[in-house]
Amino acid sequence: MASERMTGAEMVIRALVDQGVEVIFGYPGGAVLPIYDALFKQNKLRHVLVRQEGGAVHAAEGYARSTGKVGVVLVTSGPGATNAVTGLTDALMDSIPVVCLTGQVPTHLIGNDAFQECDTTGITRPCTKHNYLVKDVDDMAQTLHEAFHISRSGRPGPVVVDLPKDIQFAEGDYEMPAEIVHKTYKPRLKATNSEVETAVEMLAGAKRPIVYAGGGVINSGPRAHELLTRLVRTTGAPCTLTLMGLGALPASDPHFLGMLGMHGSYEANMAMHGCDVMLCVGARFDDRVTGRLDAFAPNAKKIHIDIDPSSINKNVLVDLPIIGDVAHVLDDILKVWDAKNITPDGGPRQEWWKQIDKWREKDSLNYQKSDTIIKPQYAIQRLYEMTQDRDTYITTEVGQHQMWAAQHFKFEEPKRWMTSGGLGTMGYGLPAAIGVQLAHPDATVVDIAGEASILMNIQEMATAAQYRLPVKIFILNNQYMGMVRQWQELLHGGRYSETYSESLPDFVKLADSFGAVGLRATKPDELDDLITEMLSVDKAVIADVCVDKTENCFPMIPSGAAHNEMLFGPGDSAEKPISKSGMVLV
Amino acid sequence: MDTIERHTIAALVENEPGVLARVIGLFSGRGYNIESLTVAPVTPDESMSRISIVTSGTPMIIEQIKAQLNRLVPIASVHDLTADGPHVEREFALVKVVASGANRRESLRIADIFHAHVADTTIESFVFSLTGQRDKIESFVELMRALGDVEVARSGVVAIARGSKVL
Ligand SMILES: Cc1ncc(C[n+]2csc(CCOP(=O)(O)OP(=O)(O)O)c2C)c(N)n1
Ligand SMILES: [Mg+2]
Repeated sequence: MASERMTGAEMVIRALVDQGVEVIFGYPGGAVLPIYDALFKQNKLRHVLVRQEGGAVHAAEGYARSTGKVGVVLVTSGPGATNAVTGLTDALMDSIPVVCLTGQVPTHLIGNDAFQECDTTGITRPCTKHNYLVKDVDDMAQTLHEAFHISRSGRPGPVVVDLPKDIQFAEGDYEMPAEIVHKTYKPRLKATNSEVETAVEMLAGAKRPIVYAGGGVINSGPRAHELLTRLVRTTGAPCTLTLMGLGALPASDPHFLGMLGMHGSYEANMAMHGCDVMLCVGARFDDRVTGRLDAFAPNAKKIHIDIDPSSINKNVLVDLPIIGDVAHVLDDILKVWDAKNITPDGGPRQEWWKQIDKWREKDSLNYQKSDTIIKPQYAIQRLYEMTQDRDTYITTEVGQHQMWAAQHFKFEEPKRWMTSGGLGTMGYGLPAAIGVQLAHPDATVVDIAGEASILMNIQEMATAAQYRLPVKIFILNNQYMGMVRQWQELLHGGRYSETYSESLPDFVKLADSFGAVGLRATKPDELDDLITEMLSVDKAVIADVCVDKTENCFPMIPSGAAHNEMLFGPGDSAEKPISKSGMVLV
Repeated sequence: MDTIERHTIAALVENEPGVLARVIGLFSGRGYNIESLTVAPVTPDESMSRISIVTSGTPMIIEQIKAQLNRLVPIASVHDLTADGPHVEREFALVKVVASGANRRESLRIADIFHAHVADTTIESFVFSLTGQRDKIESFVELMRALGDVEVARSGVVAIARGSKVL
């Protein structure tokens, strides 16, 4: 391909177009003026103006997670870059492909404490998969395309490209590299034959198997989710999903035990505890999932499939580590399984399922119904039921509402559920919903929110208004930072230090002031009407659902406890005091 | 199981800005130990550097350190010399000793025993240069401290596997 002469700023636009980027999320400033000028002169790329750079990164995350493409962000130097840091960390923790372009002061001023200078590559080094500072316009094309390659391949993650202003003005030759072959970065995709054989043997011989799958299945692509579903059905093993993995197996599949971990279902956690063979697929034995490590799945032989070798044996030692891409490895496992025509021993399997059905009878997600007060779980349940036949995407903020959403909303497909898992970033849901809605203009996009979280990025309502994005903000308003209050109840004698949501805005008027529609429900019999109206208006909506202020999220594995030491309700918590070592855990 | 082991790790890295910061940031950010760390370009075109790290931790932590290092984009390969078999470890030190009279003479005698060279001398001081294993350097420095004021500059450990195999 012949190279073309252009400025660095033009190369940025060109490289994004060549990468197939359609939308970028950004906010202008002095150090990115040349790029904004180049943007002005073209019509292939759509720029979405957010209202704070943090919102741009979350929007790009929402876009990426709901499409499987790389989300792209453009911000200025200094405060533009530092505002992006939370989003970058969020994307790193949840393995979301994001490329973030940051402006930088001209190269000759770097290190001089120039106006709006910050050490962007230094600050973002620990919160990106990789980052670059482009110091020569002739490196621009290669660096940008490499950034996309690194962001989306292997274990995906955020990549920052820092662009000094003089490089944006400088002229150079642009050429799209044919294929990126990186000198030192080569993720391993396929497992060895012997690893696959051993995995099949272990699964075939299992009496009480379980599949524990996570976000890696979704990141690996649509084939991975089909293969996981097939594997679960072929082997007849029960399957539980992490918060990040919801949708990787259809929730309606009878093998699905629900989410596991701190607020997971009783059957999922008990099956994890009691299994004899565990197949972990694209999950990372996070502390929210394992509970107390020395009591984690004590009798299980563990197989762990992950594309990131550093995820293996980090928290839990496994018997068979398999480094590779989920789709590749599952494909190979299923081929060997099929070729060997394996049918697992029926007797023990039946016993196992009988046991699981007994755990299921506990109905651990059950809650006290009420016809005078809206129970938050009921609100989610109705939202689920009333959006079931729509093309629905859910994002969340962080807190109790997030866990209730994970428990009570059912996902049949991957990429429908966007939540901040690893970092737990309040303020994620609204900008993420904006990113999702831009990618899926005709879909129903709902941000299940808390009244505290939503205020963290409420400015993005203006973005929704500007681009006429009909995102629905479904606030479970309990007038508390409920999740923190729950922990204060459990660990600190009910001293609710600073967790009351004081001086809340009137969310209905707030919606109105942003040109959106505000709705409120205070009684259970108003809920359905609220949801119906929320779904029928073709505008952004803030729905203020006033729920039970005192409800807590159960079941729960208190910090420092094991999978088989769950709490089921308020009465339970009092009986089992939390250990000292549990207290210090987050 | 939970015993602390000392490992010498060699990483071949692309010689680009920030790569050392990535490695050091990784160690401090994840709470790993660095006993010593050295770096220098090792290819004719200076495009690749070799970082030698001495670290300690449980076997699980050592495995994590290697996996985390491997995950850094500009790292080409990571080698655990301690686990991979016999290897040669050397450290270089410059040791200044300020002493006079009998102590001064004694410092020269000890330097001779350790095969240290005199790199600089004044009426009341020597600078010795010395190469060897870590404990050799440590015992040399310890002996010198008994004789006068001592200042030490050490390179940190560099290491390479024995035998004919080349990385
Ligand atoms: C940016 C940020 N700050 C603080 C926290 C700690 N935190 C976790 S949940 C929570 C309360 C959230 O309150 P709300 O949004 O009302 O949700 P609820 O738990 O009441 O459903 C807080 C403060 C966080 N996760 N993120
Ligand atoms: Mg709340």
